Amino acid sequence: MITDEAERIAALGPSPRRPARDAVNPAMINNWTEALGDGNSAYPELAPPAMVQVWTMRGLHPAAEEHDPLAAMSAVLDEAGYTSVVATNCEQTYHRYLRPGEHVSVSSVLDAVVGPKRTALGEGWFVTTRSTWFVGDEPVAEMLFRILKFKPGNKSTASALQPTVSRDTEFFWQGTKLGELRVQRCSACGVVRHPPGPMCPRCNALDPGYVVATGLGEVFSYVVHHHPPVPGRELPYVVALVELSEGVRMLGELVGVPPDEVRVGLPVRVGFRPVGEFVLPVWEAR
Amino acid sequence: MKGAAIAGIGATEFSKDSGRSELRLAAEAALSALADAGLKPSDVDGMVSFTMDTNSEIALARELGVPELSFFSRVNYGGGAACATVQHAAMAVATGAAEVVLCYRAFNERSGHRFGRVSTAAALTVENSWSYPMGLGTPAGTVAMVARRYMHEYGATSEDFGRVAVTMRAHAATNPRAWFHGRPITLAEHQNSRWITEPLHLLDCCQESDGAVALVVTSTSRARDLPRPPVLVRAAAQGSGPDQYVMASYYREDLAALPEMNLVGRQLWRQSGLEPSDVDVAVLYDHFTPYVLIQLEELGFCGRGEARHFLAEQGIGLDGRLPVNPHGGQLGEAYIHGMNGIAEAVRQVRGDSVNQVNGVRHVLVTAGTGVPTSGLVLGV
Ligand SMILES: [Zn+2]
Repeated sequence: MITDEAERIAALGPSPRRPARDAVNPAMINNWTEALGDGNSAYPELAPPAMVQVWTMRGLHPAAEEHDPLAAMSAVLDEAGYTSVVATNCEQTYHRYLRPGEHVSVSSVLDAVVGPKRTALGEGWFVTTRSTWFVGDEPVAEMLFRILKFKPGNKSTASALQPTVSRDTEFFWQGTKLGELRVQRCSACGVVRHPPGPMCPRCNALDPGYVVATGLGEVFSYVVHHHPPVPGRELPYVVALVELSEGVRMLGELVGVPPDEVRVGLPVRVGFRPVGEFVLPVWEAR
Repeated sequence: MKGAAIAGIGATEFSKDSGRSELRLAAEAALSALADAGLKPSDVDGMVSFTMDTNSEIALARELGVPELSFFSRVNYGGGAACATVQHAAMAVATGAAEVVLCYRAFNERSGHRFGRVSTAAALTVENSWSYPMGLGTPAGTVAMVARRYMHEYGATSEDFGRVAVTMRAHAATNPRAWFHGRPITLAEHQNSRWITEPLHLLDCCQESDGAVALVVTSTSRARDLPRPPVLVRAAAQGSGPDQYVMASYYREDLAALPEMNLVGRQLWRQSGLEPSDVDVAVLYDHFTPYVLIQLEELGFCGRGEARHFLAEQGIGLDGRLPVNPHGGQLGEAYIHGMNGIAEAVRQVRGDSVNQVNGVRHVLVTAGTGVPTSGLVLGV
């Protein structure tokens, strides 16, 4: 859904050019060079190139903008829980000096949205925009700007517990990567079983196969975990033991349902959540 | 389990920060147990502990100056090992593999490695990969899953669990050795305590403790020559159930049950020739309150799903139909992986507990629940 929204916003293309509040002017240049201790005698007859973003700053009380790709993408990520932000890259390219009296405008486009990535700060998405400043129709400067939008208070995502896989269980984890919920089924007698193992406990055959489950089931029991902190998870969260229609039970986090609305018997379907190199099955209400 | 007895018990203080090594705790408790038994380290020729204990038998033997060990053994599955240490010791005595066996458990479970936290090391097993990565990685969480189903099937409530906590804390309140000495709780305080993993409140969960307990097991005939009255091992058993897992046996038909404890109970009644109504005191493993209810059912003190009525109408207090954990249990005294409960059972049979029940002849003791477990009947 994040990827879909990113494609939609990127497809809108560059935003309409937004003009600077004031023309390039010596007063602002003097303030800026003084604050930065830049004694270059070429200023303020010319404007420092690095000031380009200053001219189009939106002030303390900016009006909502109809088409700002960074704001639009940030809103999507806020909605998905990635509410914290940190800037990671800012690369500017200048084509020429600006002079007092010139009036610049800026236009931005969404360049890329990459994620979810595990970072030291937590799980997040990298959002890259490209902005171009114009005088008239002449491009005078460009900027690549990249931020990380991440889930706050979830710094332990990097160490989220991942399964340990054996030769007997690898089919399950290969399945989840493909979006398949695989349940072990004895090729000799047909009994289904979870968790899986090398030998059929009913007929002792060493010929385990699997079926791809419908992923439909009902909550058989559940808990709401509040304490202690769990690596990679925000509290509280629900873990459900689900009885699948195939007749086996399986544990997974129940997502998207407020804890006080969960009950035994709640119909669920499987979903899949990437964690590191693995994909975990999760349950969603249906 | 013919011919074995517990001749001595010993322990350190129970605290939240012992300030000394686990080996030192083990050595202190062992020496205290030997002194209680009227024996010397040089009399010891066998040792049994938990696989989880960090103190090796040879390390403890070095500290005590035990010259030779002809029997040493470890029992697996966390707190499920507690009563089995006595069983293994009794079997060693019965076969002649050893004559005086020390059973011990020592840890800094509060100031050192805390079991209540998510153990990333435990998560690394293939078996735990069906639970830990899914967000179920604490003892409380695994018990809560069973508790929720139990409530659903039998109509038990959080208040029913709370009655166990209130009773244990009432017992601890009059036990000077207990961490919660002088600090009873009300049912309202239980209900208002914060959630750990719903449906478990904080006060449904036992404490985390530093400390050590040691027991001396020897033959009944030798025990009769020692200063203390021998406490006979009337029955001792281990049990593992169908499709058994550690704390997460979620895939067998009946989730709201402890079939491994049922197996232990059947063996104890058969070996001892006793039945539930013959039990004067029960020391039931109480790391989490819901499993006390299920144990009452599996051991035959009441029918399936009826434990809440047993608690409310018969009672498990000192004046109840079945006094449970007069020392305050692990909820009230200390969490020494069930070994402090065996020591209390010995005191009840001797008749010298601070919360002594009158006329005790038979005490039932159980070990860790939710895991492969064990049990004892101790008596005169
Ligand atoms: Zn088969």
